Amino acid sequence: MTDTAIPEKLTAGGANTRPRFRVNSRAVVMTLYLLFLLLPIYWLLNMSLKTNAEILGDFSLFPRELTFQNYVTIFTDASWYMGYVNSLIYVVMNTVISLAVALPAAYAFSRYHFMGDKHLFFWLLTNRMAPPAVFALPFFQLYSSVGLFDTHIAVALAHCLFNVPLAVWILEGFMRGVPKEIDETAYIDGYSFGGFFIKIFTPLIASGIGVAAFFCFMFSWVELLLSRTLTTVDAKPIAAIMTRTQGASGIDWGLLAAAGILTIIPGALVIYFVRNYIAKGFALGRV
Amino acid sequence: MNKTQNNKAWFLVLPVLLLVAFSAVIPLMTVVNYSVQDTFGNNQFFWAGLEWFEEMLNDERIWNALRRQLTFSAIILAIEIPLGIFVALNMPKKGFWSSFVLVMMSLPLLIPWNVVGTIWQIFGRVDIGLLGYTLAKLGVDYNYTQNIFDAWVTIIVMDVWHWTSLVALLAFAGLKSIPDAYYQAARIDQASRWKVFRYIELPKMMGVLMIAILLRFMDSFMIYTEPFVVTGGGPGNATTLLSIDLVKMALGQFDLGPAAAFSLMYFLVILAISWVFYTVMTNLDKKGM
Repeated sequence: MTDTAIPEKLTAGGANTRPRFRVNSRAVVMTLYLLFLLLPIYWLLNMSLKTNAEILGDFSLFPRELTFQNYVTIFTDASWYMGYVNSLIYVVMNTVISLAVALPAAYAFSRYHFMGDKHLFFWLLTNRMAPPAVFALPFFQLYSSVGLFDTHIAVALAHCLFNVPLAVWILEGFMRGVPKEIDETAYIDGYSFGGFFIKIFTPLIASGIGVAAFFCFMFSWVELLLSRTLTTVDAKPIAAIMTRTQGASGIDWGLLAAAGILTIIPGALVIYFVRNYIAKGFALGRV
Repeated sequence: MNKTQNNKAWFLVLPVLLLVAFSAVIPLMTVVNYSVQDTFGNNQFFWAGLEWFEEMLNDERIWNALRRQLTFSAIILAIEIPLGIFVALNMPKKGFWSSFVLVMMSLPLLIPWNVVGTIWQIFGRVDIGLLGYTLAKLGVDYNYTQNIFDAWVTIIVMDVWHWTSLVALLAFAGLKSIPDAYYQAARIDQASRWKVFRYIELPKMMGVLMIAILLRFMDSFMIYTEPFVVTGGGPGNATTLLSIDLVKMALGQFDLGPAAAFSLMYFLVILAISWVFYTVMTNLDKKGM
C-alpha cells in the first residue's frame, strides 16, 4: 500500500540524498508525500459523488454513476446549510474580536517595557496551551449562566481563549520588525496615537494582520469540542451537524462525505488567497 | 529593539486582559472550585479539600491514560519532526510549483478535526475505504475497531497525515532564510550533503524547529476529536488518551470533583513541559538563531 509505506520510506532515505540526483529525487519525494496527503481527501470526494448503493455495492476508484444528489440535499435543506452559515458567522466574529483586542496589546508588547510584561506574555501563551477538554464544562456553565448559551457570540468568545494569545504572538513578531523611528517621526508630524496607528502603522503591518487573521480563522474553523458543547440548535456548527447522518438505517455515507468535502472548501479558498503571506508568517515561526 | 519603559502601556493590554479574564480565568476558577468540593446533587456543595486530588493520583485509570498519552506524543514527535524536515528539504523553493506545493500541503491543516477523523474512519474501513480494502486484498488482517495495534497505527498515521505539513512549512521557512553565501562557502569547502545539513541547515532551523516541537507537543497532548471519531477510545480503552478520558469523566459521567482535579493536574503537566520548551526557545532567540 503506497500511502502507509511512505513515512518509513521517507525517514529511512532522509540523509542520503546526494546532490547529483537531487532534482529527480526531490520530485519523487514531493510526489509521494502529496499523494499521501491527497489520497484520503480524494477518497472522500470520490464517495461524495456516488450513491449509497454504489458505495456499499461495488468497490471502484472513481464514481461510475456520477451523482450530485448528496450536494443537492445539503444545499436545499436549511438544517444542513445553516450549519455552514453558523460556522462562518462565529469564525468571522472570532477573527474580528481577536484582531481588535490583539492589535493594541501587540503594539504595547513590541514597543514598551512595563511592569510584569514578560509574565503577562507567558500567561497569555499558557492559554494557547490549555486543553479545550478542561474548559468544556466550565464554559458550558459560564455561558449558560449569562444567557449566551447557543449563540454565535458564545462560541466566538470561547475560541478567543486560544486565538487571542496566538494573534498577539504573531502580531508582536511583525510589529517588532517595524523601526521605532517611524512612530517617533509620526508623533513629531503631529499625529495622535489613534491617527498614527490607523493611518500609518496598520498599513505597514498589513501582511502580519493577514497572517494573524488566517490563523485565527483556521483554528476557529477546525475546532469542534467547544463549539459543539456550547451550541444546540441555533448556532450549531456544520461539523457537529455531520453526525446526524447516522440514521436508523445506518450511516448515509454519501451525504457524510459531501458534507466533509464542503467543510474543506472555505479553508482551501483562504489558503489560496494568503499563500504568499503564509511563508512569511511561518518564517517568524509564530503559529 | 530597545524598548522604552512605560507603564501606561498597560492600557493597551487592558482589552486583552479583560477578554482573557472572562474566557479563561473565570472558567479556570470554576474548575478549581469543583476540584475542592463534593456534591450530593441539588446544587449543595461540601468542602472536600484535596480529597479528589489524592483519589486521582491513586487512580490507575489516570496513570494509564497518561502513559498512553505520553507514548502517543513521543511517537508522533519522533515521526513528524524528522519527516517534516525531510519534506522541507525537498520542497521547491520558488516558482509555480512552490506555491502549488504550499497550498496542497496546507490543505490538511484547514480541515475541521472531526472531518479529519471521518476521513480516516472511512479510509481505513475494510468494506468501503481505499486503505482498508487494499490491505484486505493484500491479505493483511487489518481492523482498527478490533485490533489494538491497528487502532494505534491508524491514529498515528492519521496524525502524521494531519500535522507533518505544519512541521514541514515551519522548517521550510527556516531554510528559506539561509543566505546563498552559506551554501557557496560549503561548496568551496567541498562539504558533503550531510555536513551541509548538519552544520548549516540544522542550526539555522533550530529556532523554528523548537517552535514546531512545542506546538506539536502541546497539540498532540490535548488531542481529542480525531482519535475519538476514529476509535472512540477503543478497542477497550486502548486509545483513550487524556482528553478523551477527561471528557468521558466530566460530561459523560458528570463526576465533577474528580474531573476538575484531573483537569488541573492535566493543565499543570502541559504548562510545566511547555515552560521548559519556552525557556529554551527564548534563550535560542537571544543567541540570535
